Amino acid sequence: MSSVVPMPAAQRRFGSNSGQPMTRRDGVLKVTGAATYAADNHPDGMLYAVTADATIARGRVVGLNVAAAKAHPGVVEVLTPANRPALAMDPDAKPHMFAFRTEVLQDETVRYAGQPIALVVAETLEAASEGARLLAPRYEAETPRLGFDGVESFEPEAVGVGSPPTTVKGDVEAGLAGAARTVEARFETPPQYHNAMEPHAIVAAWDGDRLTLDTPNQALVMSTAAFGAWFGVPAENVTIRSPFLGGGFGSKAIIFGAQVLTILAAKMLDRPVKYVLRRDQMFGPVGHRGATRQDFRIGLDDAGRLTALEHVTTSSTSSFENFLEPASNASHNLYATPALAARHSGVRWDVGTPGPMRAPGEASGSAALESAIDEAAFAAGLDPLEFRLRNYAEEDPASGKPFSAKALRECYAEGARRFGWADRPLAPRQMTDGAGRLVGWGMGTALFHAPMFQAKARAVLKADGTAVVETAGVDMGQGAWTALAQLAADGVGLDIDAVEFRSGHSGLPDGGIAGGSGHTATAGGALHAAGRDAIARLTELAVADERSPLFGAGNVGVEARDGRLHRADDPSRSESYGEILARAGLDAIEGTGQGARDPASAGDYAMFSHGAVFAEVKVDPELGQIRVSRLVGAFAAGRIVNPRLASSQLYGGMVWGLGFALEEEAVHDRRSGRIMNADLAGYHVPVNADVAEMDVILVDEVDPHVNPLGIKGVGEIGITGTVGAIANAVFHATGIRVRRFPILPADLLGAAGAA
Amino acid sequence: MNLSLTVNGEPRQIVLDDPRVTLLDLLRERMHLTGSKKGCDRGQCGACTVLVDGRRVNSCLTLAVSLDGASVTTIEGLADGDRLHPVQQAFIDHDGFQCGFCTPGQIMSAVGLILEGEAGDDPERVREAMSGNICRCGAYKGITEAVIDAAAKIASDKQRDAA
Repeated sequence: MSSVVPMPAAQRRFGSNSGQPMTRRDGVLKVTGAATYAADNHPDGMLYAVTADATIARGRVVGLNVAAAKAHPGVVEVLTPANRPALAMDPDAKPHMFAFRTEVLQDETVRYAGQPIALVVAETLEAASEGARLLAPRYEAETPRLGFDGVESFEPEAVGVGSPPTTVKGDVEAGLAGAARTVEARFETPPQYHNAMEPHAIVAAWDGDRLTLDTPNQALVMSTAAFGAWFGVPAENVTIRSPFLGGGFGSKAIIFGAQVLTILAAKMLDRPVKYVLRRDQMFGPVGHRGATRQDFRIGLDDAGRLTALEHVTTSSTSSFENFLEPASNASHNLYATPALAARHSGVRWDVGTPGPMRAPGEASGSAALESAIDEAAFAAGLDPLEFRLRNYAEEDPASGKPFSAKALRECYAEGARRFGWADRPLAPRQMTDGAGRLVGWGMGTALFHAPMFQAKARAVLKADGTAVVETAGVDMGQGAWTALAQLAADGVGLDIDAVEFRSGHSGLPDGGIAGGSGHTATAGGALHAAGRDAIARLTELAVADERSPLFGAGNVGVEARDGRLHRADDPSRSESYGEILARAGLDAIEGTGQGARDPASAGDYAMFSHGAVFAEVKVDPELGQIRVSRLVGAFAAGRIVNPRLASSQLYGGMVWGLGFALEEEAVHDRRSGRIMNADLAGYHVPVNADVAEMDVILVDEVDPHVNPLGIKGVGEIGITGTVGAIANAVFHATGIRVRRFPILPADLLGAAGAA
Repeated sequence: MNLSLTVNGEPRQIVLDDPRVTLLDLLRERMHLTGSKKGCDRGQCGACTVLVDGRRVNSCLTLAVSLDGASVTTIEGLADGDRLHPVQQAFIDHDGFQCGFCTPGQIMSAVGLILEGEAGDDPERVREAMSGNICRCGAYKGITEAVIDAAAKIASDKQRDAA
């Protein structure tokens, strides 16, 4: 398959394969500009598409100056509801839970600001952009619906992707009635937008009824069927190439309308078409984290132990879909309590549909829960770490199951030691730095599910002592090109430099979904299993062959390492893969493998990664300006395949936590419904200067149940815990409890006089 | 519209049919030098950073027609054949990137910063100076370490060459 990316083996390594902190195999490609992202493709004869987008949030388009757009030099076609050819799928249908209703010019209705209302195709990007501007749409606008109060609310059938909306265990009212003290608090989190550095992009090219797409995608093989369905072609006619994603964060798994329109334009015009979102177009059609309002009622006994924990979330969704941030689920699995209730409801806004965004539910829920727990600790007069230890869950509070592994105590201890937590004064406003800034220390517990999905892989051992191992995996920065290759190399018992790892192409075995922090465990499990399968077949040849030094070793077993099979009881008796294959007259031998959770262990155990995050902030008492001066995170996530890359993932998650706590918020104009800060100057994400000292500790944890390799995920857990730690540090610095994110300087004005 | 540009050391005669073309779109869409990335197209993210006559610029904010006679260095022109520039190597060694999309811009900014003698060895100063380049993956710790490390290496190489 020539279009699979050749990966130069120029990474630096420090030993053999998994467990080793080797640098990225794709490093050279990425630092030289040679790594190709979707928008870097230019097939011959390619046209450019640009959408015109609604500037109202609710109503109808009643006029488009198509003639003016078409008259602009270079414009080739303008697609509107009036001339859009038929599609094979109903855009308002929902064939499965990953299919979101979307806009493909099915009518003139406007459901949110930024919704595509026409597609202009031209010979150049400049002409297409100007053509889209010339459409000058006219509207009949209605008042947009926004905010938590006075809008349509509903009780959902599910939250997130198919989770039950309500969990009740024990009697919360009785727990609160019998409590020595209670804490009630309401928190709000704003809409947040993924804003991967790579805007969504697609280059579509048809060859008869075969479709080739260059588009960043977090679920390659699944998406071939989904794209094909729009055009009535089977999945096998669709090829998706997605060797590198410029960040995904959950926004690049779900198909959105303009991708379909681009493919349609390519079919109509019989030429390849490229469509790349502008940054402002990232604030609408491609998902976001919905806003939440979260109410807590917490009961405590005399010793500061929970008697009840109630977490009720209202979150925003669109007028035409039902995705809801499952924030209350953050209270399911963390603190021991005799009574637990987690509930959700939704409100409908005139916005694009929200979707999964890095730690969906857990990020928003953890932000609020960890703040509420800090309030409870303060009410009980206890150190926040001591409070958490008193409420440590020895079994999963929601399910009652034992944990497959839980090294959270060790995370608390190692993080606290590294941070110097023992010196923390209990009361707020006790510390200042030399410049007169208020200094505060806060902490939060981190938790994330350790799911597995489904993946397949193939391994081919070759007579020259190398191997090709492949799966349609996804590298969006987490390091799949490296970590998956490490696991693949271990599977075939070869040094990684002797392994060609193929990925990022839908023609390879289904690598499953890169999301939910489950990709390394799932696709890595499949790759490792494929290698073991190939080794097992090779072993059968060797032990049955009288001429092999391994003849008859079937009972004692053999071990594969460094390209040789060794007798388990006598490692000096060994033979190379090449010798075994040559004598059998074979060029190669192939194995296949699958990655999926063992249903038995899934039924018996609750499976999570855990962590503890400690934050120091400095607050200017006059200006309210907040700086995070130190962050320490200690995480236990099973077996770490590559400590260098895992640490980077955790650092990145913690940076996201910082953005959540202090920066990120999409602000709507209530009259127009438009987002007023739909760019990277107004929508603040952390920049380098925002991130001072950071430390990640990888805490050893052996998990014998989560999967045969003991691997959990680290992609999302870093954001959980961190938000609360920073918010709690702000309280500790200032004595002011801010219950709305992001915490802004305006919230702390007057901190100088608050003492 | 004709203009003469030197791109990565190579003299190029460019015929432009449209004055609206930015340097970034010229590089990416017309010269197929796609290493420079478009993250925002309005100078807010730094992914398009290149060197023009040795200075850092946001190529998305620069009209190509304004550059007649200029010399442009992009990420593709940084390595010496297979030998990586010290900044490129330092980004790999310190894991100063994840998805890689902002990386060409980060590296060109860092190269410019070091050329201008502004990098130094103070992390606070480097963080501030590199804050025109957003990394959504949050690889800032590695980026800062890489810039400091590369600046030191370049300085010591210079000293050795001078000696």
